[in-house]
Amino acid sequence: MTYRKGVSEVTDEPKLRRLTLSDQLLVFSHSGLEQAAWNYPRLQNLGFCYLMVPAIRRLYPEKEARILAAQRHLELFNTMPYMQSLITGVTLSLEEDHANGKGVSNDDIRALKVSMMGSLAGVADPVWWGTLRPILSAFAASLALSGFGIVGPLVFFIGWNVARLSFRWATQRWGYLQGLKVVTFLSSGVLQKLTLGASIVGMFVMGAIVPRWTRFKFAPIIASSQHNSLSLQAMLDQLLPGLVPLILTLVCVWLLRHHVKPLWLLLGVFILGLGGYWLGLLR
Amino acid sequence: MSSILGVLVVAFLAGVEGVVDEWEFHQPIVACTLVGLATGNLFSGIALGAALQLVTLGWMNIGTAVAPDPALAAVVAAWWVSGAAHLPAAAGVILAIPLALIGQGLTRGLRQLIIPLVAQADRAAAQGNLRRITWLHWSSMVLQGLRVMIPTALFMLLPATWIQQGYAAIPEVLRGGLRVSAGLLVVVSFAIVINMMATRQLWPFFFIGFALATDGHLSLVALGMIGVGLAILYIKLQSKDTPHHDGSGTPPNDEDELDRELDDL
Repeated sequence: MTYRKGVSEVTDEPKLRRLTLSDQLLVFSHSGLEQAAWNYPRLQNLGFCYLMVPAIRRLYPEKEARILAAQRHLELFNTMPYMQSLITGVTLSLEEDHANGKGVSNDDIRALKVSMMGSLAGVADPVWWGTLRPILSAFAASLALSGFGIVGPLVFFIGWNVARLSFRWATQRWGYLQGLKVVTFLSSGVLQKLTLGASIVGMFVMGAIVPRWTRFKFAPIIASSQHNSLSLQAMLDQLLPGLVPLILTLVCVWLLRHHVKPLWLLLGVFILGLGGYWLGLLR
Repeated sequence: MSSILGVLVVAFLAGVEGVVDEWEFHQPIVACTLVGLATGNLFSGIALGAALQLVTLGWMNIGTAVAPDPALAAVVAAWWVSGAAHLPAAAGVILAIPLALIGQGLTRGLRQLIIPLVAQADRAAAQGNLRRITWLHWSSMVLQGLRVMIPTALFMLLPATWIQQGYAAIPEVLRGGLRVSAGLLVVVSFAIVINMMATRQLWPFFFIGFALATDGHLSLVALGMIGVGLAILYIKLQSKDTPHHDGSGTPPNDEDELDRELDDL
C-alpha cells in the first residue's frame, strides 16, 4: 500500500499526533464489549465511546478537545457489532486527521459514522447471523449428535471465534490505513455481491439441512391386514424423503411472512407433536 | 459446591454474551457443554446443547429487536438435565422455551434500567473523565452477567426432587409427545433463518439444496462445495449480463477479491 497516513508535503510542521500500534490493539480489545451497555434510545452509544477511549487519550491531551471527543462518540450509534470494527478503523483515521488539524471537522466524523452504520449492518446481518452462525452451529450440533461428542462444541467455539477475531482486526486495521477510501470502495457494490453470495449458500444449505436434521417419523404401521402392512413412512420415503419437514418449514415461512410471531409457531408445532403422538401417528 | 459455583460462572458469562454476542458462550452448544462439564455429566450436557442449538439457531438480535434469550434457557435447562434432577434432554428442550421468554423480558427490562447509567456517562464526558466512562461501561457489563446469574441461582434453589416428581407426574402419553415435539421444534428456527434471507431469486437454491440432501450419499462438506460453486457461478453470470454503468466497468480485481472472500466462507 502506497497510501501512508500522516505524511504531508509540509515538512517543517510540528510533531504529528499518531496512534501507535498498541493504541490500536487496545481499541481492538475494547471493541468486543461494545454492546454491553446497549440501551434505549441511544443503543450502542456508550459502547462506542468506551472503545474509543484509548484513542481519545492519545490524540487529545488538552481537556477541551477531550471533552468534545467523548461527547461526539456518546451520540446514538447502532450497527452489526463485527462490522463496527471497519467503522472504528475509519473513525480512528479521521480522528487522527482531526487531531492534527487536517480539515476534518467534528461533523465530518459524526456524518461518517451515521452513513456507514446502517448500510453495513444491513449487509452483515444476513452473512453472520443468517448464514454463518446457523450453518456452523448446526454442523457442530450434528457432529455432537452423531457420536463425536466434545468435538462438536469445540468446532463451533473455535471456528466462530477465529473467524470473528481475524475479521475484526483485519477490518479495523484496513479501515485505519485506508481512511475515507473505504467509503469509495464500499460504494462499488462489492459488499452487495458478497451478501448475495452468502445468501445463496445460506439458502442452499438451509434446504439441505431441513430433510437431514428434522427428527420426524410416522408410526411404522397405520393399517395392517393378514398379508401385508401399510407403512406411511415407507410410502413417503418412496415419494420424497423429508417431504413432511419440507412442508412444515414452508408453512412456517409463510406464516412468518404474514407476521405470525415465532412464539405462536413454536406453540403450534409443540401441540402438533403432542397431538400426533397421542393419535398414534407420530413416534 | 464447586459444581454450583461453576454453573453460576457459566451463567454470568452467558449473560454477558447474550447481549454482547462475541464469544458465543450463550449459544446452547457452548453453554450446556460447560454446565455439563461443571456438574460432571459432560455427555448429557453436550446432548442437550446440540438438541437445543438446532431449536435456537434462528434466534438473533437484529437492529433494535430483542430475540428470545438462549442464555438463561441453556444454563437452567442444562442444570436440570445434567444436575441432580437428571431430566431427559427432550424435557430440557421443551423447558428451555419458557425460560428463553423470561430471559427475553429481562433483556428488555435491563435495556431500560441501564439508561440512568448512560446518563452518568454524559456527565463524565462533560468533565473529560475517560476513566469514569470506562468504569461505567464495565459495570453495565457486570449487570448483563447478573441478569442471567441471579435468575439461574433462584432456579437452582428448587430442590431436584421437586423437578423429578413434576416430571414423573406427567402421563406417559405426554412424555412421548414431548419427545416428538422436541424433534419438530427445529423447523421454526429453520423457517426464521429462511424468512430472513429468502427473496424470489433465491428460492431455487433452497430447493436444489433440499433435493440433493435427500440423497444420503452426499456428505455435508460436498453439499457445501456445491452451494459455494453455485453462488460463484450465479454472481459471475449475473455481472456479465448487466452492462457496466461507468464506461471502464468494474475493475477485474473486484471480482478476484470476491472470489477470495467467498473461499473464506
